[in-house]
Amino acid sequence: MNVIALDHWDLAGAAALVLALGLSSLWLQLGLARQLLVAGVRTVVQLLLVGVVLKTVFAAEHPLWTALIGTVMLLVAAREVTSRQGRDLARGKLFASALPSLLLSCAAVLVLTLVVFIDTDPWYEPRYAIPIFGMLLGNAMTGVALGLNTLMKNVATQRQAVEQRLMLGATRVEALADIRREAMRGAMIPTVNAMATAGIVSLPGMMTGQILAGTPPVEAVKYQILVMFIITASTGFAIQMALAATARMLFDERHRLRLDRVRKRANQT
Amino acid sequence: MATLRLDALAVPGLAPASLELGAGDCAGISGPSGSGKSRLLRAIADLDPHGGEVWLDDVACASVPAPRWRRDVTLLPAESAWWHDTAGEHFRLPGALPLERLGLQASQLEQPVSELSTGQRQRLALLRALENRPRALLLDEPTAALDAENIERVEAFVRDYRESAGAVVLWVGHDARQLDRVANRRVAVRDGALVSAA
Repeated sequence: MNVIALDHWDLAGAAALVLALGLSSLWLQLGLARQLLVAGVRTVVQLLLVGVVLKTVFAAEHPLWTALIGTVMLLVAAREVTSRQGRDLARGKLFASALPSLLLSCAAVLVLTLVVFIDTDPWYEPRYAIPIFGMLLGNAMTGVALGLNTLMKNVATQRQAVEQRLMLGATRVEALADIRREAMRGAMIPTVNAMATAGIVSLPGMMTGQILAGTPPVEAVKYQILVMFIITASTGFAIQMALAATARMLFDERHRLRLDRVRKRANQT
Repeated sequence: MATLRLDALAVPGLAPASLELGAGDCAGISGPSGSGKSRLLRAIADLDPHGGEVWLDDVACASVPAPRWRRDVTLLPAESAWWHDTAGEHFRLPGALPLERLGLQASQLEQPVSELSTGQRQRLALLRALENRPRALLLDEPTAALDAENIERVEAFVRDYRESAGAVVLWVGHDARQLDRVANRRVAVRDGALVSAA
């Protein structure tokens, strides 16, 4: 266990890279600079805070603390899913479809992993539960955000085709099937790519971390395989549920496409 | 055989509309652009929220599942939409279509939809709308993109379907002489209301 400690100058150097990217975005007028800056500052503040919080929670080892942290993570993930969408559903309904999808799929896979696969003691052992829940949520969040973005964009641009199918007697599920399939496929690409190239193109983050911290590579690999599979499962189920819930809200009980419930919004951070 | 009855059907911008059509009737609907003719047809096909009720024979629209209603009461919109690559893929039985009656050829079913002319797509969309053998057919400017010869073909084709199936037809159009030819009833949207026209 011989980790080389990083000093402030190492981190400042890495930050300078992101700053350079922001400056080039300004120059090319990509409109990304503000988002990069805000997200970068959030990375630093949030990670420093979480370091302190985790230290306390690991020491306390109380299920309530673990549940509280998990709840905060979940709420933030659901908010992030909706915050960068080009189109939203009225009255926060997009959030309302993202939250239960993330909760059901990630929490179910987490409990299964802790109780059956890793067999931690106690099962809610925060040192395992919190980082694994975070990895599941983080990936599911990206997948759900991508999936919903594609779904909402395509249903608006392909409105005529969807309604044409309704006119010919299709149900709301049939009328949206192609768009839903495309949204699901697109949203799973990052996850499937990560599985397909694991170990060849990149060493996955968790394994890299364990190896850097001195874990024997073979042990790190076993954990990584486990993590990749549970990430894929929870991400895929979360996307399926979120797409189904959102698709349902795009129609009313008379199988009418209700784009009046969708509002376009300006891009924001 | 079918009768179609609009009972105080209310869509935005139009006073509640009532109308009763018997089997084989064709109502020609005229009125200025943007007066609500298309919205009215969409409401009859139950594609938009609306007030009032539509009856097909003794069955209220609200009492049957919407997909089943739309297979019986089918709207042919002014602009057809296609989602597969070729037109043929949009039909359940592409081999059994009376293409020649509408001046179409079988090879056109295999062509990419994007390579077909607007008029060819419009006639194919009519065939597609009739695949469910609807008992009421709502036509929104069905000959807008056609030349004289094909207009005649479509008019004859719709008339034959109406007579053989005893179907009700609502025909929205701008050409008064055409509406006189195809319809036995004339109605118009005037000052935000559906009224009988001579």
